[in-house]
Amino acid sequence: MNGEKIYRVTKNQISEYLGKGKRLDGRTPFDFRDIEVKTNISKNAEASVSVKIGKTEVVCGIKMDVGEPYTDHEAEGTMMTTMELLPLSSPNFEYGPPRIEAIEPARIIDRGIRESGFIDFEGLCIKEGEKVWTVFIDLATINDDGNIIDAGALAAIIALKIAKMPAYDEETEKVKYGEFTNKGLPLIDDKMPITITFRKIKDTLFADPDKKEEISADARISIELSQPKDSKELMINAMQKGGEATLSTDEVETLLTQAEKIFKNLNSIVQDEVKKTKK
Amino acid sequence: MAFTKRSDGRKMDELRKIQCKVGIIPNADGSAMFAHGDTVAFAAVYGPKILNPKHQQNPEKGVIRVHYNMLSFSVTERIRPGLSRRSQEISKVTEWALSPVVMLNELPGTVVDVHINIIQANAGTRCAGINAAAMALAHAGVPMKNMVSSVSIGKIDDKIVVDLTKEEEDYKEGEGSTDIPMALLSNSDNMTLLQLDGKIQIKRLKEALEAGKTACKKVYEAQKAALKETK
Repeated sequence: MNGEKIYRVTKNQISEYLGKGKRLDGRTPFDFRDIEVKTNISKNAEASVSVKIGKTEVVCGIKMDVGEPYTDHEAEGTMMTTMELLPLSSPNFEYGPPRIEAIEPARIIDRGIRESGFIDFEGLCIKEGEKVWTVFIDLATINDDGNIIDAGALAAIIALKIAKMPAYDEETEKVKYGEFTNKGLPLIDDKMPITITFRKIKDTLFADPDKKEEISADARISIELSQPKDSKELMINAMQKGGEATLSTDEVETLLTQAEKIFKNLNSIVQDEVKKTKK
Repeated sequence: MAFTKRSDGRKMDELRKIQCKVGIIPNADGSAMFAHGDTVAFAAVYGPKILNPKHQQNPEKGVIRVHYNMLSFSVTERIRPGLSRRSQEISKVTEWALSPVVMLNELPGTVVDVHINIIQANAGTRCAGINAAAMALAHAGVPMKNMVSSVSIGKIDDKIVVDLTKEEEDYKEGEGSTDIPMALLSNSDNMTLLQLDGKIQIKRLKEALEAGKTACKKVYEAQKAALKETK
């Protein structure tokens, strides 16, 4: 794990393998590593989830508070997504205010949730123009072995689905911290977004990179999709390309086809986990 | 009303359930989880490694750097992510709690980074952090003379109690609540951490320290058992 130099050497090997449809760890290009989900890892949170993808582990905690609405959306609650790249999770992370490496994943995850309409923000309004709920989606890395965007997004939507609203005292207009109701968050289930991030090395494409593959990659693209109730087709809610290399329209089309397949798998992981937790 | 019974049914000198495990963070050179009941700490050790920039190096001995941090959702009311004055102070006293056992003289010019993150908090987070960090150091193979074991002792009303919960820390009636986090070199009575908040008579403090010694031994046994389990 000593910085980028070592990976420059491995890059050629990774790319050579990918050219033959293979990867160093034996996966095919669009295979994910094993995914393991744990819920209720931190009981003071409104919801908490750990998602492991291979050796990568990201945790998510939902906290809620009451504040003022934005003046242009007076009857709507608000949300905020943060990502901490904990130095505990990688020798490459340092302390200090969040840098772009932490800000961008948080914003990508935030956008998928916001644009899909998964959260019913009007349902988070307590008193129009005065008091609304804010949903904090706080993410932190426990071990970074690549693809923290997909792991974080998965943790975030599972956490939102199992979260319990905190108790609220109508008279004093204050949150009763540490007390929860039985009510879940106002969500619109068929708008739940799944985030899938692909990478490109030279002219090969693949999903779920480990750290070596991630550092070797020339380009990245995150695609955030949801499955509307009344349609067979998936809806794209957000995309973001990263990295210096280009992506052709053909390549993006290939990735969209792959994304549809991966969506099904990740979606069923979420549904299973939510069912298990709600029992 | 006098404090006669603990709300979780523990005896006055009884620790919360200890859970600990080594090797939870694959990227780290050493790592461990330590839980006192609902308080859960993760610790990771990176190093010893060459300390940069060079002018910070000590040619005679190594440096140990501790970073304590609570996750924003580990408490009932969300805390803003990032450094606070409280976390910086706890980092420093933890550094002092751990450095006596690390053979820093054997590691000139290097730094050992210890990262502690509190995943879930219900009082005693610095103690859980120290316990996890000591295990992570051992797991990393950093040369050590001994282990460090930590526990928080308290006086609630007029009773000496071991390993306080948040509810007990907040006890207001009678003589109120006194919180005394301490750490000991294992199997000795040498303290590497001692803090106190509250009010307590000299005689009672002596009693509390004795109770702490017994409790730290139990922590040590749990640490040892978990370390022996690792391959």
